[in-house]
Amino acid sequence: MDWLSGAWDWLTDPANWSGPEGIASRLWEHTYVSGIALLVASLIALPIGLWLGHIGRGGGLAINISNIGRAVPTFAVLVLLVLPLGLERRTLATILALVLFALPPLLTNAYVGMREVDRDTVGAARGMGMTARQLVTGVEIPLAIPVIMNGVRIAAVQVVATATIAAIVAGPGLGRIITAGFGLQDQDEIIAGAILVAAYALVVEGLFALLQRVLDPQERARKRSRSRGFDPSVGAVTDSRSSV
Amino acid sequence: MPGHTSARPHQGIFGTVCVVLVSPAGLSDSSCLLRNEWICWEYVQTRAEDLRQMIGQHIYITVVSVALAFAVSLPLALLVRRWAPLEGPILGTSTMLYTIPSLALFALLQPLTGLTIKTVIIGITAYSLVILVRTNLTALRSVPTDAVEAARGMGYDAGRMLLRVELPLALPTIFAGLRVATVSAVALTTVGAIIGYGGLGNAIYRGYRSNFKAEVLTASVLCVVLAMVADLLLVVLQRRLTPWRRRAG
Repeated sequence: MDWLSGAWDWLTDPANWSGPEGIASRLWEHTYVSGIALLVASLIALPIGLWLGHIGRGGGLAINISNIGRAVPTFAVLVLLVLPLGLERRTLATILALVLFALPPLLTNAYVGMREVDRDTVGAARGMGMTARQLVTGVEIPLAIPVIMNGVRIAAVQVVATATIAAIVAGPGLGRIITAGFGLQDQDEIIAGAILVAAYALVVEGLFALLQRVLDPQERARKRSRSRGFDPSVGAVTDSRSSV
Repeated sequence: MPGHTSARPHQGIFGTVCVVLVSPAGLSDSSCLLRNEWICWEYVQTRAEDLRQMIGQHIYITVVSVALAFAVSLPLALLVRRWAPLEGPILGTSTMLYTIPSLALFALLQPLTGLTIKTVIIGITAYSLVILVRTNLTALRSVPTDAVEAARGMGYDAGRMLLRVELPLALPTIFAGLRVATVSAVALTTVGAIIGYGGLGNAIYRGYRSNFKAEVLTASVLCVVLAMVADLLLVVLQRRLTPWRRRAG
């Protein structure tokens, strides 16, 4: 456990937290590129996925794009973007790569979420005279929210992981601490960086799992109607789908 | 970078001169290598042996990792099915593990296993295990109870039940999981380049360091092709192992 105490010393040394290559600025870089990428990818993929799911077309595309996304190595895409854009624009290249890899889970889950809405419910809403717009915003999206948000959570974790790998091509973020450690053959720095990256990814996963619960209208409805005390259905709802 | 022993002959003017000198065929002015083009057949020809070795390493890492993970995942899934209280801890731990980015996992493993191929294999085995435990559990649970009861009525014991009834009926879902795990493993292997064992990832990394476009693109495309071929092979294998599904159409 020698290496663990070394990493602890490295992490608790204030000198490693400040400066342009310190932990604080690396944390900010990681959050900045991940946040922008997730936002841009959501703005692109969610409307398309929701629309395709609503009209019930393009299912093959929405499903296959996930399989393609899995087969393409993130590392390769990062290098393929950094080389033509140049090292000075590596932040842009990183964000582009992150957006590309966030698209599949967002698109697939938005599509599947809309398709999985009970057809009888949709029929009933139509029978009540709802317009297409009311149907989408009032019935389909609220019922699809758990699956859509699951896609957002998977995309967030994907983005954070890919941002780490961007460090291999000198991109911004926490991964740079690991690659710097490898460059200097500094075992303490490598482990410290890995611990930071792992903790960051787990926190993001946890935060988005929480967001998923908070935004689920059915969960909220259950809370409202629930008499004080133990509700066995809560456990079932929080059991998130596999992210694989 | 440790593990990278090969020379990088494509850096700057000096690099270009090196290429001319070492290239067995000799290069004309129209060489796509000299002009550093993305698509360059000459690269594939002159580096065929190098590429073969990296493809070999890539396949080795993928196959060993997925095979190890499968060998562990099946008993684990059986255990979870038999003893339900284990489901939460095992699936929870594995989901946590899957959240950790590969670069960090390799970094955390290397004090124990060093800068060796073992580090990459253990890391990718762990990721594959997460996928396979879940899918194998789903697969086992998807076996129709009618079939299980019929077999029990015919006097099948637990072992024969598993081998002759449950596993064959679970095969389609087991293979779905294997395909996902294999395709992911092929992509993940590239990150092993950080410790010098990334299969084709080594070429991508080397190409990045020396701004050698043909090397990066060729290795990247080969990675995707490798994933597609592996996927196809698993589909073919599944068809051969489940002939009754074919006949049923």
